[in-house]
Amino acid sequence: MTETTANLADDKADGKQRPRLPLSVLPIIEIAMLALLMLYPIFITYLTAEGEALDFNNYFVVRVTSIILLAMLAVSFDLCWGYSGIMSFGQALFFGIGGYFVAKLSEETGMTSMLIIIPAGMLVGLISALLVGWFLLISKRTPTIIFVALGSLTASFAAERLVAGWQWVGAGNGMSIWDFPTLFGTDLEPGIGFYYLAVACLLIAYLASRYLVRSQFGLALAGIRQNEDRLAFLGYRLQAFKLIVFSFAGLIAGWGGAIYAFHEGFVGPATVGVTTSTYAVLYGLFGGVGTLIGPVIGAGVIEGLTVILSDNETLKAYWPIALGAVMLVVVAYQPTGLVGLLVTQRERFGSFGIRKGKKSSGTDDAGKADGHD
Amino acid sequence: MAMTEPLLKVSGLGKVFGTLRALNGVDVAVHANTFHGLIGPNGSGKSTLLKAIAGDHFADEGEVSFAGEDVTTMSPAERSRRGLSLKFQITAILPELTVYDNLLLALQAHQSMWGLLLSRSRQRLDADVMDMLAQFRLTGKAHSLAGEMSHGEQQWLEIAMALALKPKLLLLDEPTGGMSPEERRVTGELLEPIRDYCALVIVEHDLDFIKDICDNLTVLDQGQVLDDGTVAEIEGSTKVQEVYTTRV
Repeated sequence: MTETTANLADDKADGKQRPRLPLSVLPIIEIAMLALLMLYPIFITYLTAEGEALDFNNYFVVRVTSIILLAMLAVSFDLCWGYSGIMSFGQALFFGIGGYFVAKLSEETGMTSMLIIIPAGMLVGLISALLVGWFLLISKRTPTIIFVALGSLTASFAAERLVAGWQWVGAGNGMSIWDFPTLFGTDLEPGIGFYYLAVACLLIAYLASRYLVRSQFGLALAGIRQNEDRLAFLGYRLQAFKLIVFSFAGLIAGWGGAIYAFHEGFVGPATVGVTTSTYAVLYGLFGGVGTLIGPVIGAGVIEGLTVILSDNETLKAYWPIALGAVMLVVVAYQPTGLVGLLVTQRERFGSFGIRKGKKSSGTDDAGKADGHD
Repeated sequence: MAMTEPLLKVSGLGKVFGTLRALNGVDVAVHANTFHGLIGPNGSGKSTLLKAIAGDHFADEGEVSFAGEDVTTMSPAERSRRGLSLKFQITAILPELTVYDNLLLALQAHQSMWGLLLSRSRQRLDADVMDMLAQFRLTGKAHSLAGEMSHGEQQWLEIAMALALKPKLLLLDEPTGGMSPEERRVTGELLEPIRDYCALVIVEHDLDFIKDICDNLTVLDQGQVLDDGTVAEIEGSTKVQEVYTTRV
């Protein structure tokens, strides 16, 4: 029966021949970005060298280290909004909590080892995101985007007010961290060593996120952000999926935040608050959500311009206004962000089946995943 | 033939929307491996009944039991896990995903979280996806975006997705709406083989289509059961003819 009917309608369908997948642009952007990050300190140091001595711990390396850590915040925002439809308007909450926690930990115990700081930041980000997510995402009915956005914004705002008035964590002055962090017994002062540590952390967080969103779990997320009701009818437990992503995003934010606090030597109320949260949203929308690399680029461009313009007092004063105007234009006319100019809608959603034949570039993650079978 | 316990048993179902009594004391019984049609004029409560069975909304009174279990207040996801599957009236495929991914999404729905995170079943389900695609004549479209296919093909994909988890009962809400006569004919052919493992409840305007594929019919009118029986019995029913000739 099946055989005869199969011949009737679809002549092209002989056996299991699969049409070719279209070319991917995203992996090229990702690799280019990685290459740029790896080579940047060397270029910038030679470029800005005065006299004979090369200072690899120069201002430009240190500033970009901060940006790389903020990019981790941007990635965590993208996991929420770009991949799961959770409009987290308070992502800095987890970034800041990570920072505050390790600052307090180091003040109380004198602990400065990165091997403690990083897991502590991750854990505290994970747990706080789990608690906030539980409240915002778990209910009988699917919560609306507005509810989640306002809820997370409020949480971030409340945390900012709380730490600003709480003497135990330095109140309005924030907390200073006087010691450099250590890695395997050596001090890690801001500079090239710290830079590559930040790159390594961003890379690991990025690859883990990439693995997640391209797994079968990620396929479910792709379904959720297109049609939640349909997924519920298929038997998916939507809220569990969302809570897992939200918590994982919290882990990445807390991780980035903990290192950021040590890098800046300071964590203040603004870091947990609305301003930083808004920046996370801006990085994402500007660079292009739902691509992971987009928000990283967004953070790089927005923060990079801020660094460049900060030399010029006049421009610096007008910069926030210009940024606001650019954001309005992007949201209105280019909702897929910078990366959306290069990457098709189709590639952003991606495809999740197994890849047969030759290993194509940039899809090795998916290939590895099959190895678990 | 000894009557076995029906797979789906709807008893005394009532549903009120504001002042409208959409369903009033409806009884329906569907046995395993049979195709059951729900017919009736517009607004007679067919879709409301189907949604109450699927769990899209809950009935105000009465009971829905499925495979011997009371499912009246269960969520759609819980019903789905018990083998009750719904195909929507408006196609609810995921247009931005490929046809392949749509089916994979349906096939992997009951995998564990860890299994999904580690993509454990991706390799194993590939053969199932390709089989289903072949069965529904969509092999050549595997990597097309679902939203770019013709209306008829989207409906077939939708049916394939609803069948992916080998449900015991499939609810079809107007599967041939908007299809060409040729597509309707093929749809009938595609549905026939599922009888081996699945019962069907089907809401449909096209009476010829429904008479061709169904074993039993329930005729609804103004939220109540007007008549039920085999296709032959309903065709001979004077009550039904009256409603259809005077009001449709």
